[in-house]
Amino acid sequence: MVRVIVLRTAGTNCDRETAFAFEEAGASSELVHINKLSSGEKKLSDYHILAIPGGFSYGDDIASGKILANELKFKIEEGIKQFILNGKPIIGICNGFQILVKAGLLPNLSGDFKTIEATLTLNDSAKFESRWVYLRRVKGQGGTGKCVWTKGIKDLLCLPVAHGEGKFIPKDKNILARLKKEGLIIFEYVDENGRYKGYPYNPNGSVENIAGICDKTGQIFGLMPHPERYISYLQHPRWTRIGSRGRGDGFAIFKNGVEFAKKHL
Amino acid sequence: MFCRVEVKEKDGFYDAVGESVKKDIIDLGFKNKVKKVRFVYVYLLEGDINESEVKKISEELLIDPVTQEYAIKGNAALEKEFKVVEVAYNPGVMDPVEDSAKKAIQDIGINGVRTVNTAKKYLLKGRLTNNEIHSIAEKVLYNKVIQHIVKGASTIYPEPPPYQFKPVNINILKASDKKLKDISKIGQLFLNLEEMRTIQKYFRKLKRNPTDCELETLAQTWSEHCKHKTFRGKIEYVEKGFLRHCIDNLLKSTVMKVTEELNRPWCVSVFKDNSGVIRFDEKYNVCFKVETHNHPSALEPYGGAGTGVGGVIRDSLGTGLGAKPIINTDVFCFGPPDYPYKRLPKGVLHPKRVMKGVVAGVRDYANRMGIPTSNGAVLFDERFVGNPLVFCGNVGILPKEKSLKKAKKGDLAVVVGGRTGRDGIHGATFSSGELTHKSQELSGSAVQIGNAITEKKMTDAILEARDRNLYHAITDCGAGGLSSAIGEMGENLGVDADLEKIPLKYKGLSYTESWISEAQERMALAVDPEKIDELISVFEKENVEVTVIGRFTGNKHLRLFYRGQCVANLDMEFLHNGVPDLVRKAVWEEVKHKEPVIKNKKDLTKDLVSLLSTPNIASKEWIIRQYDHEVQGGSVLKPLQGIKNDGPGDACITRPILSSKKGIILSCGINPDYGKIDPYWMAASVIDEALRQVVAVGGDIQKCAILDNFCWGNTERPDRLGGLVRAAMACYDIAKVYGVPFISGKDSLNNEYSTGKEIIAIPPTLLISAIAVMDDVSKAITMDAKKAGHPVYMAGLTGDELGGSQYYKMMGFIGNNVPRVDPAYGKRMMIGLSSAIKSGAVAACHDCSDGGAVAALAEMAFAGGLGMEIKLGNFNRPKAQILFQDEVLLFSESNTRFIVEVADEKKFVRLMGDLPIWKLGHVKNDRTFKIFGIYGKLKINTEINKLKASWQAPFKNL
Repeated sequence: MVRVIVLRTAGTNCDRETAFAFEEAGASSELVHINKLSSGEKKLSDYHILAIPGGFSYGDDIASGKILANELKFKIEEGIKQFILNGKPIIGICNGFQILVKAGLLPNLSGDFKTIEATLTLNDSAKFESRWVYLRRVKGQGGTGKCVWTKGIKDLLCLPVAHGEGKFIPKDKNILARLKKEGLIIFEYVDENGRYKGYPYNPNGSVENIAGICDKTGQIFGLMPHPERYISYLQHPRWTRIGSRGRGDGFAIFKNGVEFAKKHL
Repeated sequence: MFCRVEVKEKDGFYDAVGESVKKDIIDLGFKNKVKKVRFVYVYLLEGDINESEVKKISEELLIDPVTQEYAIKGNAALEKEFKVVEVAYNPGVMDPVEDSAKKAIQDIGINGVRTVNTAKKYLLKGRLTNNEIHSIAEKVLYNKVIQHIVKGASTIYPEPPPYQFKPVNINILKASDKKLKDISKIGQLFLNLEEMRTIQKYFRKLKRNPTDCELETLAQTWSEHCKHKTFRGKIEYVEKGFLRHCIDNLLKSTVMKVTEELNRPWCVSVFKDNSGVIRFDEKYNVCFKVETHNHPSALEPYGGAGTGVGGVIRDSLGTGLGAKPIINTDVFCFGPPDYPYKRLPKGVLHPKRVMKGVVAGVRDYANRMGIPTSNGAVLFDERFVGNPLVFCGNVGILPKEKSLKKAKKGDLAVVVGGRTGRDGIHGATFSSGELTHKSQELSGSAVQIGNAITEKKMTDAILEARDRNLYHAITDCGAGGLSSAIGEMGENLGVDADLEKIPLKYKGLSYTESWISEAQERMALAVDPEKIDELISVFEKENVEVTVIGRFTGNKHLRLFYRGQCVANLDMEFLHNGVPDLVRKAVWEEVKHKEPVIKNKKDLTKDLVSLLSTPNIASKEWIIRQYDHEVQGGSVLKPLQGIKNDGPGDACITRPILSSKKGIILSCGINPDYGKIDPYWMAASVIDEALRQVVAVGGDIQKCAILDNFCWGNTERPDRLGGLVRAAMACYDIAKVYGVPFISGKDSLNNEYSTGKEIIAIPPTLLISAIAVMDDVSKAITMDAKKAGHPVYMAGLTGDELGGSQYYKMMGFIGNNVPRVDPAYGKRMMIGLSSAIKSGAVAACHDCSDGGAVAALAEMAFAGGLGMEIKLGNFNRPKAQILFQDEVLLFSESNTRFIVEVADEKKFVRLMGDLPIWKLGHVKNDRTFKIFGIYGKLKINTEINKLKASWQAPFKNL
């Protein structure tokens, strides 16, 4: 069975629903505190998928994700690197995305697993906001198959965001150009018709409406919206209107991750 | 060395904090004067570190290398163009960033840093005088209760000198009555003369004076906040000049009596634990508690509201053997947001600032805890200007077999969580007195800032320890701190505790201070000595501190020691049951208010448009969006509903177990405007309102329990107590017939504000919070209109009940015809409508409350993005043949009424049977909103987008 490690620490708070989403997708999942990895009590190599869930690790003190990102960098760097080199998938959701970016693991264009090439910073509105957004799957290399997490996914998804620091900014023009060229931008914020529309459709002021990206291998995927909060129709804000039943838009992401692990690991 | 690092956004990157502060300053009226605001984070580091280490800390940790830059020597060149305001915490106030920052610095391999403090620097550019800057700073940049403006450069305060132990005895044996009063007043004990005399008598028997610690422990335990002396005392109630009742224990004879008489088998634990517990399913129970944090929020809105949330979460954690917190609810009453600064009483923060601070406090605490804030309400009235109300509620879930607790003889008394500081001393007694214009200076130490992450870590550890059966009892350290927590847990056993073991944030606390401090994020446990090692290891893995401070003895005494010397020795029986009963007089006299003339206007469109933008009715989306209402994944009905996710839902529904369709409905009823007329009918109405909302989403009142939160003025005044008695009586009369038990409650009295010249009391306010279990959440419905062509019905009877209505309030009146409740009929209506909804006959339902039927109709229409055509000629006629006016039918706020959009008309009519329903019109496929009056004349003719825009305008861009 595919084993998922859901990494947690002080202030992680989307761990249980993330674990539940993986279980619904057919994996087994375990919540593991970073202390248990850094002390060696648990080993990353025992798992097939690493998920870094949402929350406020260390209270977002100093900057969101920064402190746990440094722990990945300074305490379990080798384990993470080996995990990636072994072709195992990683997903970072919301705070998890911030952590991956601030640890230099996403987008990792340099290939050195540590250079910081982008950031997620304070929303333009300067406050935390919780709302449902539309995401367009970017066509092109990334969309057609590089990212193992989003293979065959719908063109237009509806998922909730809930964050105060989700504004994606690439370090410079060159990084942005490479993200585009290499097809690493996976999701963009759009309106219900798939068009760019500004705030509040782009809820945080992200550069070029970027909502989620992956690395060059397609294994590591980060996004600000919460796919684990829409795996059942009952979680949609308009389920009493639209009459759809069954799985929510976020479910396919977990299913893809688990299926990939099943096939390749 | 000591070193200062300043971090700011690089040129070319958006300074979101600076821009948002600029907006606040413009809102104060400095529109053309402030050109630019820049924000700078300041970190102060102290320890054995060198410059290259400081550089490493800055680069690896403090800055975002993409958007920010740092300066170790300051930004003198930049600051030439700006006026500089630097804000730092007062000494002794916890800096929430310190802990994480210290940990993070160690993570990057630097171990010499001893202290990290932060400060905020604002750079202002514009034509501003020093006086104007001072005024801006006071109004938006800092709060003197916890912060100060730094003159020169910020520094790290040296740690206070260690405490020199000196036992203190208070001489009361020979004290006169006057002296006793003085002792209470000077010590901020808030004990009345009779209580002081009772204490004197107790110690005379012991032939010794009490220590300061004993006196403080009694004051905490006997405070109104902890003991509810008014509700549990004796009351002589006079109405219309006659003595009507001699009440012995108002609580037991009204609110608790409902529960006792109804005796529902699914009520698991009521009125005895930190929250009320009811059954959820075969495996789990759920608990619910609502608290108030009014006085702290008046002085320091951000910290006060945040710690209010933190406190009520600990109520869930301290229920049974610990419940997992799963939903928050928050209800606020503020002064009007546009209140003129000139009229603001001295020492009072502006209502808008209070509101923004409270919302931010709730947001930051609840979001960090990962608990969805899914239900609430916000109301405004001039009488809340000096004394806002902040209600914080939490629902928890716990395994059935972990719902009760009992400390055992020989158990260790253990404190877990955050450390103890001087913060929050005298919170319980402070909240039991009235606020004055000097409260900011005198009671500043009662105000605290919370640290949600400390509480989150503690929560994670407690739940694991609970599941491993590592303790026998748990309770929260709330009001009264350890003195209440340990004192309560050991009530039937007795406790010995060593106060020098209490872990402190900094040196210098006396034994009494550490015992009564209400420092946040701490819980007390009773642990079997054999399990203590395992418990410590569970907590250590989550980086949470555990300290054994004593033992439960079995000798029924509270004995406290400091360095081996006994500093308190109180009989538990006296401590908990020795407080003398209060005897109070209560008088109720009806007040006549001016009654406006209803003009029978030709056109009511304008009235409706303006009504929708009155603050009580207007959209609260600006607030709601700042709360995470999706975290934990269980949200089924969200606070905002409809085609654009922005209509006002009636109640929220949550699935605590993601693999199950079973859910929890939460709703609330509150109406201070009715309280101004008659607290009896206010209480009746808000119970009705909370239950209506449960029904409107598809719930069943037969599976519903409620909570009471009374917020009143000074009940030593007979007129105010009279109103309280009436409200409590209504709680019995109405809830009993509805068949809905109370499971928990709380009162907050003395909600008054003294300006030095006059005393302003809040309007009598009762919050009723309802919780109902729903078997299948997929049967739920929302309030937004669904489909053109569907008929629209009114279920319920409308009376001439405009007293206290939002329509009158808009006209500047209160009126007298307050809405009443007929609970026997109401119960039939609610049960009937529930079964119609369950059958699938109803497409949408919205309860009629603030703003009456027309507000409900308008909200349904614009939330659904569909038009409506309504004919009031189809409305019910009153029993007496008084000609009703359109205004009455539209704006009256009569209880037990619902607007129902019907999907299957035949079925609906059949299921409603003889219950009063009236077909009003239908949903339309365009954007028009038309209402024809009783005589067929077009009275309201507008479009839904206009109505929505008006409803959204007031709080759109705060």
